[in-house]
Amino acid sequence: MPSAIFNRSNSRRVCPVKAIAIASLFVCCAHYVSAQDTPLISGGGGFAANTNGGKTTYSPIVEPLVAMPLGPHFLVESRAALEEAWAPNSRNAPGFNHSHFVGLTYLQGDWIVSSHITAVAGSFLMPFETYNERLSPIWIGNFQSAPLTYALGNMSTGVGTGAMVRGSAFSRKKLTTDYTAYFSTLVSNQYFASERSSGGRTNFYLPDKRLEIGFSYNRLLQGTHENFYGTHVWWEPANTAFRFRSEFARGHHAQGYWIEADYRTQAFHGLDSWVGRIEPVFRMNQTFRRDTNFSDGLALVNTQRADFGLDYNLPHNTRVLTSYSRQFASTGNHNIWQTGLVYRFLFPTWKGK
Amino acid sequence: MTMTSTLRTLTIAALFSTPLYSQNTTLKVLLPLMIESKQPATNPAPTAHVSEGQQIFEQQCSRCHNAPEGFSPRISGTIIRHMRVRASLSQHEEAELMRFLNP
Repeated sequence: MPSAIFNRSNSRRVCPVKAIAIASLFVCCAHYVSAQDTPLISGGGGFAANTNGGKTTYSPIVEPLVAMPLGPHFLVESRAALEEAWAPNSRNAPGFNHSHFVGLTYLQGDWIVSSHITAVAGSFLMPFETYNERLSPIWIGNFQSAPLTYALGNMSTGVGTGAMVRGSAFSRKKLTTDYTAYFSTLVSNQYFASERSSGGRTNFYLPDKRLEIGFSYNRLLQGTHENFYGTHVWWEPANTAFRFRSEFARGHHAQGYWIEADYRTQAFHGLDSWVGRIEPVFRMNQTFRRDTNFSDGLALVNTQRADFGLDYNLPHNTRVLTSYSRQFASTGNHNIWQTGLVYRFLFPTWKGK
Repeated sequence: MTMTSTLRTLTIAALFSTPLYSQNTTLKVLLPLMIESKQPATNPAPTAHVSEGQQIFEQQCSRCHNAPEGFSPRISGTIIRHMRVRASLSQHEEAELMRFLNP
């Protein structure tokens, strides 16, 4: 299930000592790099307040990302999530319940085999549609919460453990095409939990039109084998700060879609003016249950949710995310208010000459 | 002889027929123009590379996220390699982005 505050659902708990040991090992190996290939630490840190059905949860979170080249053809990358959460006690008891979470989101090694093929091994983000790979980092997404259809096709954890090939199939001025194909094995270990599945995605992008259309397919290969199909359309007209994104996903037991639009005006002294930094966002989500088997993680009943957001892009890679959502379902309607502050960092692992 | 080369010949002739005090002034004005007029024929690559790299940046990188407000050039190669994997960039796009970030 997608998390209510930011999207950390594809993070698994991991021992901090092991994480530090792994990171140290990588840093020690990173001396074989050229001047522009210094390992980097990137990511985002933020604070979120989420009021869902009248109950407010507070949550500071840090999502560091490490990328480290090894020679001219290899790259090791990983992302983690560290979060504290204060949620109100259940059964109307006073006070808050505190919990913390440290998890490794993914850890993968990339081998650039040729101009068209990159081989990936390890624990990787599931390449189904766009949200999981592109928009789930907290410093990228326009909303704190994931779309309602997020769980569909992402095999419950959003992460695969195995191998993947991907790359640019061909790239021309009028059309570019890329592909992704993966196989994931069943891992029940709590640190790298994943389902046995396989699938892939292909994208077609028209640079002149700034239009992207993609198709995804995943198949669950354990228990009752199930197929998941997805398609997405992204459109970002040239010379504007308007973006349209959408996804449709269909599984054996449910289907759904989301569409999202955001805009920043350039009419008042460009995007860096105080007016240009304002970013209204809208997202519509709908899920439809096809039967009563809810193994796919979607809501038990048909659900609609409209998200109205107003983000502000502060200088120095900082964003304020605010949104109001109204969710409609036969089990009850409720409001969701979210406010957050996100800072994005990006720097080399060590000082250069 | 084309009109451009005729003009250039006339310009050079006029340049060397002027008095010394004005030659320097004329040189200051005309020399950049003359050099500039030769550039497209001799070395058009830098302008084309920058514009193509910028275009790729706008199309491929800005599709998902806002550009970070500056970063160390020491990590530009790492960023591009990371994005090559994540965004499935071609080798050509990777090279153009590298030129754009490190002109």
